[in-house]
Amino acid sequence: MSGTGIGASVRRKEDLRFVRGAGKYTDDMNLQGQAYAYILRSPHAHAAIKSIDASSAASSDGVVAVYTSEDMAAVGGIPCGWQVHGKDGSPMHEPKHPALAEGKVRHVGDPVAVVIAESREQARDAAEMIDVDYDVLEAVLDMNQAITDDSPNVHDDVGTNVCYDWALGDPDVVNEAFSNAAHVAKLDLINNRLIPNAIEPRCAIGDFDQASGQYTLHTTSQNPHVIRLLMGAFVLGIPEHKLRVNAPDVGGGFGSKIYHYAEEAIVTWSAAQLNRPVKWTADRSESFISDAHGRDHVTSVELALDENGKFLALRESTLANMGAYLSTFAPCIPTYLHATLLAGQYSTPLVYCEIKAVFTNTVPVDAYRGAGRPEATYLLERIVQVAADQMGLDPTEIRRRNFIQPDQFPYQTPVALVYDTGDYESSLNKALESSDYAGFAARKEASKAAGKLRGIGVSSYIEACGIAPSNVVGSLGARAGLYEAATIRVNPTGSISVLTGSHSHGQGHETTFAQVVSEKLGVDIDSVEIVHGDTDKIPFGMGTYGSRSIAVGGTAIVNALDKIIAKGKKIAAHLLEASESDIEFENGSFVVPGTDKAKAFGEIALTAYVPHQYPLEELEPGLEETAFYDPKNFTFPAGTYICEVEVDPETGVVDIASFHATDDFGTVINPMIVEGQVHGGLVQGIGQALLESAAYDENGQLLSGSYMDYTMPRASDVPSFSVDTTVTVCGHNPLGVKGCGEAGAIGSPPAVINAILNALAEVGVTNIDMPATPHRVWQAIRNAQAS
Amino acid sequence: MTVSISMTINGSSVSADVDARTLLVDFLRVNQRLTGTHVGCDTSQCGACVIHVNGKSVKSCTILAAQANGADVTTIEGVANGSELHPMQEAFRENHGLQCGFCTPGMIMSALDLINVNADPSEQEVREWLEGNLCRCTGYHNIVKSIQAGAKAMREA
Repeated sequence: MSGTGIGASVRRKEDLRFVRGAGKYTDDMNLQGQAYAYILRSPHAHAAIKSIDASSAASSDGVVAVYTSEDMAAVGGIPCGWQVHGKDGSPMHEPKHPALAEGKVRHVGDPVAVVIAESREQARDAAEMIDVDYDVLEAVLDMNQAITDDSPNVHDDVGTNVCYDWALGDPDVVNEAFSNAAHVAKLDLINNRLIPNAIEPRCAIGDFDQASGQYTLHTTSQNPHVIRLLMGAFVLGIPEHKLRVNAPDVGGGFGSKIYHYAEEAIVTWSAAQLNRPVKWTADRSESFISDAHGRDHVTSVELALDENGKFLALRESTLANMGAYLSTFAPCIPTYLHATLLAGQYSTPLVYCEIKAVFTNTVPVDAYRGAGRPEATYLLERIVQVAADQMGLDPTEIRRRNFIQPDQFPYQTPVALVYDTGDYESSLNKALESSDYAGFAARKEASKAAGKLRGIGVSSYIEACGIAPSNVVGSLGARAGLYEAATIRVNPTGSISVLTGSHSHGQGHETTFAQVVSEKLGVDIDSVEIVHGDTDKIPFGMGTYGSRSIAVGGTAIVNALDKIIAKGKKIAAHLLEASESDIEFENGSFVVPGTDKAKAFGEIALTAYVPHQYPLEELEPGLEETAFYDPKNFTFPAGTYICEVEVDPETGVVDIASFHATDDFGTVINPMIVEGQVHGGLVQGIGQALLESAAYDENGQLLSGSYMDYTMPRASDVPSFSVDTTVTVCGHNPLGVKGCGEAGAIGSPPAVINAILNALAEVGVTNIDMPATPHRVWQAIRNAQAS
Repeated sequence: MTVSISMTINGSSVSADVDARTLLVDFLRVNQRLTGTHVGCDTSQCGACVIHVNGKSVKSCTILAAQANGADVTTIEGVANGSELHPMQEAFRENHGLQCGFCTPGMIMSALDLINVNADPSEQEVREWLEGNLCRCTGYHNIVKSIQAGAKAMREA
């Protein structure tokens, strides 16, 4: 390990601008002649639009234009990127998602009209003058109600609120296993709807150059090439070479900035109508009602066990909320990113899962940090705990009895995935030691003496990162490939530009990827520049989500580096008058082993661009290589989390007394950055477990629609964490990496809830739903005491 | 209605005529092009816009530019000494106290005001002080570490 290579906690290159306030986020950009868009949104969850009178707004001070869906009639709907087929083989219902509402609004926040003015204030003032005559309809909110025949429909042309009815597994075989089981544990639970809440609100600036016909969209995106494809090909009909999408510094995403949003199409289209740049920036209230939400499952789960606590079969039935329209990847979240994880770390031989996806009059739901996998981990680690309690087994013992063993890899699960590597008992053992699991009883006594209830919770999670390979996901309904691209451009004087299709919005790619290049080429990390986010600079890319950047994007970089080294060997062989097969690349030099013949990497770079002594008849000048990498399999990070809580029975307040995470991420490039990713994920998971909930009232109004109502975790809500790692190396990518971005948010919610229920067991509480707010905990204690 | 205002920003005198309803944060970001101060919410909760007005931390989304008339304003751009980072900025980088960087300017400006009133804050004091600053990336662990390390560096400077 060199000081800046793989395994070093290199300080982040990007921080030099961020700590000075010199980052360049989309809203920091202002283009010459720019106008400002304000989106008028529906105040109703479900209503017919009888008429829109925008005449006063159009003549208001500073207003340049007012557009409704009639003006955008030639513009396509916002497309969905994944088509799921139901268990009867029928394709999902895919109703049109217009950029501006056509005839009907379907959730509070649905865009109805756009006002474009010389200033943001003028646009906002004018929007208040638009008179929309609504015929308010009954809102479809409760999923159990929505799937009945007497429910109104969110989409009249669909005729049902069931988007698809999907299943995985053989119900007859699973049912038989249940009927023969010694013990069956059963649990009904809710995976609460969350709002991602990246601190940077979304922003989009459209620009159009009339002379060249060139469009530009600057946007807060995790995947600019995907936006170029979706918006260019499906919404606005702009070919790639006439559309640049640029996502500069982006202030957090967590999934919510993967998707193509209506506002991006609106500003790009408007810029061409007006022949001037148009900027839109969300205020936080808009973020709450227009950024895709996450989770929102209503689930029933059962686990069948033999008399020794060995898992025989798992059965899940879930209603998954899609919201009012299908967001970009929404259909695959509760299916292929959820049901396929139901084996967890266990050798459960049989699994059956059925998912009904449901349209409701709420904001669309899509991937949010973890995306389907937190929901799988939550139900699995909760039901395992229920079974352990009912059978009188220690939570660690029941897991040990069911872990897939190290000699069983590669392991074919009953839910399609093949795990490549893992050692789950090692992670559990390390977590138990690091968290002083053995000392819990004494700490519980101490808490009791102070009038507090102390509990401990275990969660052993697995996730699947770097969704792939493309041909497999294609067969499952993906409408895109899931590879990644990278170009290594060695400049004449030896500095290196890395053009990557991965996008960094907090992950630290500018440092981590530079470490990989520094290690592989033996060059100074400061001579490496990571370029991302601009479709005019990057050859191609699928972006950042699903913890895929290092496993997929990093491998594309390594493969391109290998091509650079291979070409460098040819050049070195010519300069050293040696055979190419005799050249080796070691510590930044091309050498003939056993001789003093050597050429430094910089000399080879210069020779490639000043090819005076060069095999021109055999080799092109220049030193630039591109690789596209399509993974052979997912990667499978896994680990065990242990949470201890102290509950005040008088107030219901839950204090996280300690939280320990042991993760196996395979090879770790930058431990400092990886730990930071875990910390952040943990707090999002703890937020889900204790604080956060997107709550709608009976009319479909979002009650938790601001930071005064939606409880974001604050510094005083959480403790400092204890984190460590175990390592089993991923066998199917050259770095041996697995990805670390989502683990914390996946593994932590069940650890917290299991700890709370462990604490409350002595007062008779057996179940509680997230978020376990003080009120809910207090009520659960009172209800248990009353019964 | 337009009002004439003047103030000192990061040591330089500034005068402008602005719409009376202009928020200080918009004056800084749009008029002065000091885009290091960020806007993350519309209810004065997130703290991405924290700056110093006359040496005290203030959410610049919560006061009008006109209210800062005559004031001495410091933004994140005024914290470093030229090319040399302030010890608190250095501490955030050294301790990985930031990820996406969006909340960071507000965090640093808030931290500096904490150190003004408490040169050696405990972990709990830091966590409670950050009541008005949201971060969605870091889980706060490394922000707390950064602020304590920055405080130590400032005490020893």
